[in-house]
Amino acid sequence: MRHVISLLIENESGALSRVSGLFSARGYNIESLTVAPTEDASMSRMTIVTTGSDDIIEQITKQLNKLVEVVKVVDISEAAHIERELMLVKVRATGKDREEIKRTVDIFRARIIDVTDASYVVELTGNQGKLDAFLGAIEPALILETVRSGVCGIGRGDRVLKL
Amino acid sequence: MVLTGAEIVIRCLQEEKVEYVFGYPGGAVLYIYDALFQQESVRHVLVRHEQAAVHAADGYARSTEQVGVALVTSGPGATNAVTGIATAFCDSIPLVIISGQVPTAAIGQDAFQEVDTVGITRPCVKHNFLVKDVREIASTIKKAFYLAKTGRPGPVLVDIPKDVSMHKCEYEYPKDISMRSYNPVVKGHSGQIKKAVQLLLEARRPMIYTGGGVVLSNAAEQLTKLTRLLGYPITNTLMGLGGYPAGDRQYLGMPGMHGTYEANMAMHYSDVLLAVGARFDDRVIGLPSHFAEEPRKIIHIDIDPSSISKRVKVDVPIVGDVKEVLEEMIRQLESGEARPNPEALAAWWKQVDEWRGRNCMVYKNSDEIIKPQFVVQKLWEVTGGEAIVTSDVGQHQMWAAQYYPFTKPRRWLNSGGLGTMGVGMPYAMGAQLAHPDMQVACITGEASIQMNIQELSTCKQFRLPIKICNLNNRYLGMVRQWQQLFHGGRYSESYMDSLPDFAKLAESYGHVGIRIDKPSDVEGALREAFTTHKNELVFLDFQVDPTENVYPMVQGGKGLTEMILSAEDL
Repeated sequence: MRHVISLLIENESGALSRVSGLFSARGYNIESLTVAPTEDASMSRMTIVTTGSDDIIEQITKQLNKLVEVVKVVDISEAAHIERELMLVKVRATGKDREEIKRTVDIFRARIIDVTDASYVVELTGNQGKLDAFLGAIEPALILETVRSGVCGIGRGDRVLKL
Repeated sequence: MVLTGAEIVIRCLQEEKVEYVFGYPGGAVLYIYDALFQQESVRHVLVRHEQAAVHAADGYARSTEQVGVALVTSGPGATNAVTGIATAFCDSIPLVIISGQVPTAAIGQDAFQEVDTVGITRPCVKHNFLVKDVREIASTIKKAFYLAKTGRPGPVLVDIPKDVSMHKCEYEYPKDISMRSYNPVVKGHSGQIKKAVQLLLEARRPMIYTGGGVVLSNAAEQLTKLTRLLGYPITNTLMGLGGYPAGDRQYLGMPGMHGTYEANMAMHYSDVLLAVGARFDDRVIGLPSHFAEEPRKIIHIDIDPSSISKRVKVDVPIVGDVKEVLEEMIRQLESGEARPNPEALAAWWKQVDEWRGRNCMVYKNSDEIIKPQFVVQKLWEVTGGEAIVTSDVGQHQMWAAQYYPFTKPRRWLNSGGLGTMGVGMPYAMGAQLAHPDMQVACITGEASIQMNIQELSTCKQFRLPIKICNLNNRYLGMVRQWQQLFHGGRYSESYMDSLPDFAKLAESYGHVGIRIDKPSDVEGALREAFTTHKNELVFLDFQVDPTENVYPMVQGGKGLTEMILSAEDL
């Protein structure tokens, strides 16, 4: 099962390697991992997308909690939540492809943020499925480069992950 | 008061009432050694290899309730310490390791004796720090001691660059510490404890299984009280020996791979199993799927939530300090009316005694050749069962655990989790320094002892009268045993040729060496060591039967009840 784990961690050097080291040492999967400081600069928030049986997910959250610098751990996928990922795609845009790509961009409510006479850079946010669908809608030969941020997640309603 | 970083380090150790630091100097810690030189209260024990420094600090910690402290230099000093750190980590031993680092400006430049110590040790410490500013030394060391000894204990490393130890700042030792990210649960959930007590009282085939957590939490007294109150059978793991007095009627011996028949059978066929500060290790329960075949309710008390339901499914988890939880259980039991079902318990004891009747620890003694088990039994007799016993790793370790019944905690020091050969002598050094008036014996083998044999020199310098009982069978005994049983008797690289004359070797370091060839000389040699040479290190080199195996045995990957009880079962 796929899970999205959010955690608050002291913003210390080496904190990221403690988390990633834990996953590799114990053989857990990381599908994606994002991290950045929160509004309180002394703390970072991390979103980890992982897969595993219930027992493994239980061990993952326990092991994360055991790390001395980890302040709080929540499996946000246990209840209603929102996931977003940012993707930048550089596509070859010449001739009749320019129009077609523009139309696809509009359908996906993406944006073109860089234009040359031979290429576009498209910016798109959404959940993983939407990003995958966009890539599926573009002729593969036209895709020059993609970069994805990994998943960010937040609980819906009054579910708050805060100190 | 303005002090250098090095002086602050020493001040902090004084504040933490550190008696001994085990270490080895080098370039990156020269300022710290200079500060150490200029004071008297923290005493330094100069080892001959950094691995032994950490093991000795570890042995000190295991035999006391104190945090052990080691001091090593950068680069190879730190990497040599890693085995010691990992050993302590696996057994949850509180240590603070201070390592020197190259100057801040040189970090990342591939400087002389530079390694990423924080990176290398990260997976085998409870936590570690790189101190980049002299103003952070005091608070970091305070945190290190706090982390090492609270919650599930463990080693904490503080890496200090040379320039940071040279810089000066205003010194003040923080009075207390609070960390928003670290708040271990100490008191167990009272509702869960109530459930556990009720389940225990309803049990028809109860069993108590306890580990190193009882020793670490200093809860032997509470465990003994609870066990006697209930009248249930109990087993102590390799790490938990001494948690309950061996020899008592309710004690079934050690469980696991080389545990007793009765302990393993009672673990397996219990209907309620109370696990206390133990972690269902692969050497204890064998194959988890086989263990799970028999339905039973499990109550698990542990300070570390991640130890619970890790290898077996637990029905009543209780997170908390073992001592506090046991005290609460005793309180609830004593204040309530309910008592265990006497008929069910009598029937269960009848079954347990039947298993005990197999007498699985009997071995065939000999008049011709020294049996290793016999040496351990004689050591127990000669020391009145009151010695601190350390061991290395292998067959001798199991024989020590099986044939020296421990009645008190912190008397048995061995590397249970990591299984590190070479810990025996350094553990004995740490224990002897902590307990100068006690008898300290190191049960070892000719292979293990050579892994830190250089420490004979340290023992001479610090006049440590430890008694080394070398069960010399000329083989890597446990490897040979597995090769005999599971690899068609192909003894690949398990025979050691060209062994030194250990007695002469010990003598060359200035100690007493005795070689013992005959069973009839065993007791006399031990008595001579512990009386005539009471104040000297004695190296007793027992020439033991090279073909002897450790039984009972549960093979790796087999179930707990699938035991080989003796050579006849092969």
